[in-house]
Amino acid sequence: MNIIDSVLVAVAVMTLGAAFIGAVLGWASARFRVEGNPLVDKIESALPQTQCGQCGFPGCRAYAEAISSGAPINLCPPGGEAGARKLADLLGREIPVSGVVEKPPQVAEIDEASCIGCTLCIQACPVDAIVGAAKQLHTVVGSICTGCERCAASCPAECIRMRTIPETIDNWKWKPPVFEIRRFA
Amino acid sequence: MLRKLFRFKGGVEPVTHKSASAQAPIGKHPLPSQLILPLHQNVGARAIPCVRVGETVLKGQRIGAADGWISAAVHAPTSGKVLAIEDRLATHPSGLSTLSVIIEPDGLDTWIERRPLDYATLAPDEVRKALRDAGIVGLGGAVFPTHAKLSAAKSTAMEFVVINGAECEPFVTCDDLLMRERAEDIVHGASIFRDLLEPRRVLIGIEDNKPEAAVAMRRAVETLGFDFEVVVVPTRYPTGAAKQLIRVLTGKEIPSTRRSPEMGVQCFNVGTAYSTWRFVAFGEPLISRIVTLTGNVKIAGNWETLIGTPFGEFVAIGCPKPDTGGFLMGGPMMGFEIPGLSAPVVKACNCVIVAATPLFPPPRPEMPCIRCGACAHVCPHELQPFELYRFSRAKKFDKTIKLSIDECIECGCCAYVCPSRIPLVRYFRFAKSEIAARRKETEKAAATRFRIEGRKKRDERMKAEKAERLQKATAKTSGAGDADATKRALIEAAVERARLQRETQAAKNAETAGNRETALEKNPAVRPNDVAG
Amino acid sequence: MSRDRIHTMRFISPPYLSQNKSVRSLMVKVLLALLPGVAVYACLIGPAILLQMVIASATALFAEAAMLKLRGKPLGPFLSDGSALVTSWLIALTFPPIAPWWLTVSGALIAIVIAKHLYGGLGQNPFNPAMVAFAACIVSFPALMSQWPSVTLDTRFTDQILAVLGLSRNLDALTSATPLDALKTALRISPETPIATMLSDTKIYGLAGGRAWECVAAAYFLGGLWLLRCKVIRWHAPAGFLFGVVALSAACWFFDPGRFASPLFHTFSGGVLLGAFFIVTDPVSGCASDMGKMIFGFSAGILAYTIRVFGGYPDGVAFSVLILNVCAPLIDLLTRPPVFGMKKK
Repeated sequence: MNIIDSVLVAVAVMTLGAAFIGAVLGWASARFRVEGNPLVDKIESALPQTQCGQCGFPGCRAYAEAISSGAPINLCPPGGEAGARKLADLLGREIPVSGVVEKPPQVAEIDEASCIGCTLCIQACPVDAIVGAAKQLHTVVGSICTGCERCAASCPAECIRMRTIPETIDNWKWKPPVFEIRRFA
Repeated sequence: MLRKLFRFKGGVEPVTHKSASAQAPIGKHPLPSQLILPLHQNVGARAIPCVRVGETVLKGQRIGAADGWISAAVHAPTSGKVLAIEDRLATHPSGLSTLSVIIEPDGLDTWIERRPLDYATLAPDEVRKALRDAGIVGLGGAVFPTHAKLSAAKSTAMEFVVINGAECEPFVTCDDLLMRERAEDIVHGASIFRDLLEPRRVLIGIEDNKPEAAVAMRRAVETLGFDFEVVVVPTRYPTGAAKQLIRVLTGKEIPSTRRSPEMGVQCFNVGTAYSTWRFVAFGEPLISRIVTLTGNVKIAGNWETLIGTPFGEFVAIGCPKPDTGGFLMGGPMMGFEIPGLSAPVVKACNCVIVAATPLFPPPRPEMPCIRCGACAHVCPHELQPFELYRFSRAKKFDKTIKLSIDECIECGCCAYVCPSRIPLVRYFRFAKSEIAARRKETEKAAATRFRIEGRKKRDERMKAEKAERLQKATAKTSGAGDADATKRALIEAAVERARLQRETQAAKNAETAGNRETALEKNPAVRPNDVAG
Repeated sequence: MSRDRIHTMRFISPPYLSQNKSVRSLMVKVLLALLPGVAVYACLIGPAILLQMVIASATALFAEAAMLKLRGKPLGPFLSDGSALVTSWLIALTFPPIAPWWLTVSGALIAIVIAKHLYGGLGQNPFNPAMVAFAACIVSFPALMSQWPSVTLDTRFTDQILAVLGLSRNLDALTSATPLDALKTALRISPETPIATMLSDTKIYGLAGGRAWECVAAAYFLGGLWLLRCKVIRWHAPAGFLFGVVALSAACWFFDPGRFASPLFHTFSGGVLLGAFFIVTDPVSGCASDMGKMIFGFSAGILAYTIRVFGGYPDGVAFSVLILNVCAPLIDLLTRPPVFGMKKK
């Protein structure tokens, strides 16, 4: 077999191989196509689901879609540093240098003296955490409130304040040991 | 009667330091000047206070009612006046406060009327409820409400009830002394557990470093004529952990994903059995317990102490030596430093160790992990602590869950042997509390999402309903169709009437335009129909 | 209320008791266990080993200190932990005793700077530092790394010292190949001679594995047993390693006793016993679970024999250990023991 022949054989083998693999890949992509966008679902499940809109998008789902098409991952204050880290791990992106707006967990609280019973906060609350009726005193159900601050913005009497949830024995957490080895050096 | 014993893997054998406090009989701790009773002394929900400030209470009177099933009541340990119900320093490693009832004793120690529980005639559920209201919780340190452990699983027949007298922690001797002096009460208590759970056998496990307790318990079992088995087990920390003792006595291994009754076993501490019997036979709720006081004190021993006694007054009885550097509650392997001497003795408190440098030298510098595997070798749950450590430290909690961090019982064997002196348990506690917080958050997020979706659906439904209503209203005025020609004239007349009406209406509308605008803004869905009408 | 808070922060976390063990005590025990081997080595093969150990230790400690300083770590606890000393001793013991001083120095530098600290220091190195040094040097300086003092010629101490300092003029007269190398060469030169005839030359091969070398190996073995007794190491890795070497060499020996040396020869020659107790037992770069340790040791043993008999290098311990270091995380992943209560019955 001369050189030309062997080159031709090599080219033929490579071409056939490429065609075969291409066919298999094409078939597989059609056969095993994943419906929808699983990445958006994954991102959404990493978001804290407070649906507060503080990120500038209407709800966690919308923000998840925005992230999947390139929006920054540090816009979610309820998720905080930990949430951004989750997103960073998931997407293989870096957390922007500016960091995340970190806010301690908080709940809304209605100042009963100045509440006028306008029901505007009830309509604003996305999780129905405020109970009350027109011209009646409203109150926040603390265990349901996500601390999204929408009610505070809606209140015409400015009687809703955000209160940081204090550390109690029930929500206390063990801290990692801060064990400076230098101290013993 | 020799029972085949099993072995659990791992474990360590620290110096026990038990003899100092095991010499003298159990003493009675004098009445303190004030009693501080935290309302949350059990696993589960906090008790609800049921006395008022200024009220006079009697010894054994309930001051906190159980809230739900996994909860336990709290009782006044002596008669006196309720001074306050407020947040006080909790007996907890955090150093935070918790809602407590403060009682000033009147010195009379007057009992409330005590009625023995006629448990032979009561339904089992009534007995369980009575135990809950007597505040009986596990006294081995976990303080899980006892009544909640007294139901057999529906699927599996109860095979063993294990009474835990192993007491494997160094320094602690309260169970030892209790078994020596009050063996019959313990055996009676075990018989109540047997009646409620109906196991095949009742096994009483005691470590072989407590021969006197084993003899006393055997004698008590014989005297009372029960067919319980007192089994002496080898001394090895943590044999006294429920899962390890169950493994040693029965060979069963209970994973954290299952409850022990599902595998036909249940385990109770001897102190719990004793308190249960005191309540059933004498009507005394859980208001006191035996507490070991040992370590750097002049007089070491065990004291029957009222729950709520401030630690300051409790340790005074042992006269701590001047070089004392801290106070530990529980044993040296799993205990914690008492946050302050104003914190009270609680149901979980089995031992107070007065610490001093010779007994507990300061920790040496933490070195990097060299993966020597010593921790894995002693882990009684056969985990890989060095890997858990790596991931806990890096805050990769998902990985730690995969490596079964949930199985960790925080016994401290790993940190005890670690040549690099890494506070492994602390890392695991950190990881576990972060994981618990995240699980809670995930639960809340799921609930939130459910509420949000519910609200969205409701909004849409209301919108649709309103639109439908308006459409109906429009349909009524505009007529139903052209089916019948004879009716057409009538309809035309009606249309004419409607036109006239509309005209007058328009005039009216012009007057009230401002009002209507606000209405439209409030509910824009109304707009199209309104215009058509 | 805060007045009576007595948090001393001394009690960081339970348990408040601990066993009196430390990284330093472990390393010191390893060093002690090496001493009998070192003593026999110095007496029978070359007292220059003592000089090499001093050179290697000094270099290693210096490199360690410099790297700690650069990394901003405290010197005290890390310099005194003994890990650098163990590495340097292993380097000295695996390098030829009459290797020039700069070879030993570069070996120690490679081990400490590259193999240890560039990967993150104590506890982080994926490869055994001493073996990295050995591999790097034998690849870079194959001739110098195979000049061993001749056991038969009774070289004088001063000559050896001169060789180390690079001042020796008649270096070739001092040296000979190791028994393993000699055997390999002999087999190549005269493929017809049965191996038993060659090995009967006790001047080179001694009783088993090489004259004088078998005594050194036996001393390592004793030191290793002592380590086992002290529970510094566990038996799984050494047993696996020795079993790997013995099993494969026995199989080959049975297959063709004329071409392959006996398992006894292979066990006592070269670095097998040193490797079994002091190198494959390195916890940092090895496997963690007992089963993993056994697989690690066994595979290293098989590889060591294969490289030594069929490969181009006189001995295969270093390369086999390095190859297995790469596999260690995978082996660990696959041999993770089941957790309490989750075993399949």
